Amino acid sequence: MKQHHDFTVVSARYLDTAGKPLDTLPEMASDTPRLRDAYRNMVLTRTLDQKIIALQRTGKCGTYPSVLGHEVIGTAIGQCLAHHDVFVPYYRDQATQLMRGVSIVNMLLYWGGDERGSAGWERCPEDLPISVPIATQCCHAVGIAAAMRVRDEKRAVVVTLGDGATSKGDFLESINLAGAWHLPVVFVVANNQWAISTPRGLQTGSETIAQKAISGGLPGVVVDGNDYFAVSDAVDHALERAHGGKGASVIEAVTYRLGDHTTADDATRYRGAEELKTAWEQDGIKRLQSYLHSVGQWDADQEKQLQAHCKEMVEKAVHRYLETAPEPPTAMVDYLFDTVPTALQGQREKLARIGQGGAV
Amino acid sequence: MNASVEKAINHQQGTDVSRDVTLVEAVNMALARAMENDDNVVVLGEDIATNGGVFRATVGLKERFGYKRVMDTPLAETLIAGTAVGMATQGLRPVAEFQFMGFIYAGLEQIISHAARMRNRTRGRLHCPLVYRAPFGGGIHAPEHHSESTEALFAHIPGLRVVIPSSPQRAYGLLLAAIRNPDPVIFLEPKRIYRAVTQTVKDNGDALPLDTCFTLREGDDVTLISWGASVMETLLAADRLEEQGVSAEVIDVATISPLDRETLLCSVAKTGRAVIVHEACRNGGFGAEVAASIAEGAFLDLQAPVVRVTGYDTIMPYYRNEANYLPKTEDIVQAVEEVIAL
Repeated sequence: MKQHHDFTVVSARYLDTAGKPLDTLPEMASDTPRLRDAYRNMVLTRTLDQKIIALQRTGKCGTYPSVLGHEVIGTAIGQCLAHHDVFVPYYRDQATQLMRGVSIVNMLLYWGGDERGSAGWERCPEDLPISVPIATQCCHAVGIAAAMRVRDEKRAVVVTLGDGATSKGDFLESINLAGAWHLPVVFVVANNQWAISTPRGLQTGSETIAQKAISGGLPGVVVDGNDYFAVSDAVDHALERAHGGKGASVIEAVTYRLGDHTTADDATRYRGAEELKTAWEQDGIKRLQSYLHSVGQWDADQEKQLQAHCKEMVEKAVHRYLETAPEPPTAMVDYLFDTVPTALQGQREKLARIGQGGAV
Repeated sequence: MNASVEKAINHQQGTDVSRDVTLVEAVNMALARAMENDDNVVVLGEDIATNGGVFRATVGLKERFGYKRVMDTPLAETLIAGTAVGMATQGLRPVAEFQFMGFIYAGLEQIISHAARMRNRTRGRLHCPLVYRAPFGGGIHAPEHHSESTEALFAHIPGLRVVIPSSPQRAYGLLLAAIRNPDPVIFLEPKRIYRAVTQTVKDNGDALPLDTCFTLREGDDVTLISWGASVMETLLAADRLEEQGVSAEVIDVATISPLDRETLLCSVAKTGRAVIVHEACRNGGFGAEVAASIAEGAFLDLQAPVVRVTGYDTIMPYYRNEANYLPKTEDIVQAVEEVIAL
C-alpha cells in the first residue's frame, strides 16, 4: 500500500495570556515601532467598534457587526500587506481596513446605509469592498491573483473569512483553484468559534480548519488569533511565499467572537456567560499591551494619551459622518452602469423630481 | 495540431476578411478579434482551452493566445463566475463560458450579488467589464438540464445586460460590443441555431450597438417580436404570412435588458398589433415585460390584444417531446391570424 499524504498541522503561539513569551519571539519582536503601531491600531479599532455600536443603539447607524475579538488578526494582516497588494475583506475586518487607509467616515457611511462608504479609498483603490454574502469573496481573491499571474506581477492577495464561511463551496472551490493554478493568495480564516448561533463544532467534523488547505494542495497552519506575534509571523511567511511565486496558503487564526454576531443578534440566547468570560482572558489587545509594558515599551501615560487620541479621532469622524447629507436619489441609477441606459432615463427623471421635493 | 484547430486559426488570422460562417464560428471570430485587439481580454471556462469548448466556440484560441489568456478551469461554476469578478476588478476583460445555461445557476450568487453590483456598491471605484457566455435553449436533442431558456432570470437583475444574438453577423458584432462594454453582460447563445445557417461576416472588428432592437423585416399589419432561436421561426412565419397577404414587421430584441422600448412602441404604433414569440415558459417570461411595456406605452395604438407564442409552463421535456414544447412557425402564423381577425 502506498501512503499518499501524512499531514501535520501545527499551531503557533508565542505569548501566554499575561503577555509573557512562551518561546523565542520571531524577529519582528525587535521592531518596537511596529509593535506600538500595531497596538495603537488595535485600540483605535476597539474604540471605533464601541462607538458604532452606541450609534446603532441610538438610531444613528444601521445594523453593525462588531469586530470585538478580531483586532489582533486584522491588525497583523494590515501590517504584513504591502501597499500594492490587494486586500479582499469580509465584514469583520475593520482593523485591517483602518490600516489600508479606509477612513472612519467611510466605514460609518457604509454601515450607516450609504454606498459612498466603499467609494474613494485612495490609498488602496484596488481593495475590494466588504463582502456580505459568505465566502463569495474567496473566488474574487483567486480571480485577482489570477489577473496578477496573467500580467506576471509580483503582487499578492489576502482574503479573510470566518469559520462559518469554510463550509461554503466558494472557499473550497477557491483553495482548490489556488492550488491548481499556484496563485499568490493567502486565505486567513478568522475562526471565532461562532457563525451567528452555530458553533464551530457543527460547521465541520475536521479537527482544524487549516487542514482543509491540504485538500487543495496548500499548506495550512493554525495560529492563536489573539497572539500578535503568531498571526504576524504566519501572515508574513504566507505573503513571502506568495510574492516569491511559491503559491497560496491557508492560515486559521483562532479567536473568539466577544460580541454578538451583529447588533441585531443576542448571543445570550445560545452561549453561556462562563464561556464568554473565559474567552475574555485570551484578549489579544491586553496581551500585547502587557508584553509592551514588560519590555519597557509602553506605560500608563502613553496609554492615557492613546485612549484620548482614539476617542477624539472617532468623535471627529462621527461628527463628519452625521453631517454628511445623503446622496441624491438619482445616485441609485447613476452608478448602475457606465452610462445611464435609455431604458432607465425615465426612472432617473422621476428620482430627480423626488430629489427636488417636487411632485412625482 | 489537429485539423479543426488549424482551420480555426487560419480563419481567425485573416484581417478584414469576409467569410461565410455559422453563428458559433462567428462567436469564435469575435473572441479571437477581441483578444487580438486587447491584451486584457482573457477567456476561461470548462474544457475551453485544449478542447476548444464543447461546441468549439473557443477552438484555436489557446494555440494562438497561450494558456495564460485561455484558461481551463476546474469544474466549478461558482468559481468561474466569481473568479471572473476578481479578474474584472483588476481591469482584465474576462469572457467566462458556462458550458450550458442549465449549469449557470451555481454561479448566480456571484453574478447577482457581485458582478451586477460592483460598480454601484463602490460608486464606480471598481467595476466589472466581463462577459458570461452560455449556450441556451432546446432543440438539439440534448440530455436533461441542457435545453432550458431562463433569460428572464437575468433580465430581472439590475446592473446586468442580457444580450442574445440570433444570426452569425449579430453574434460577431454583439459579442464584440459585449466584451468592450465596461459592465457585465450575460451573452446567451441560441445553440439550436449555432450551425443552422451561414452568413457572410466581415471580420473587421466592428461592434453592433447594445441596448437596441434590430428590425429584421419591415411590415404594416403586425409586429412580431422575438429573440434567440425563435427568430428563425418568426422570420419563416413572416414569409408565410406574406403569402397570405399579411405584412409582418419582425423585430429581434437582441438586448432584452435594458430593453429598447422605443423601437417596439414605434413599430406597434404603426402596425397596431403585436405578437411576442419566445421559447421560454410563458409565466413570468420576458414576453410578459414586453407585453406590459406595449400595454403601458402603446395601448391606444392597439387594434388587438398583445399575444404571446411561447413554450409551455412546464419543465423542459426530455428530447423525445421537445419539438412539441418549442413554438413552431404555424403557431406564430395562427396567432397572427387570430389578432388580424379581431
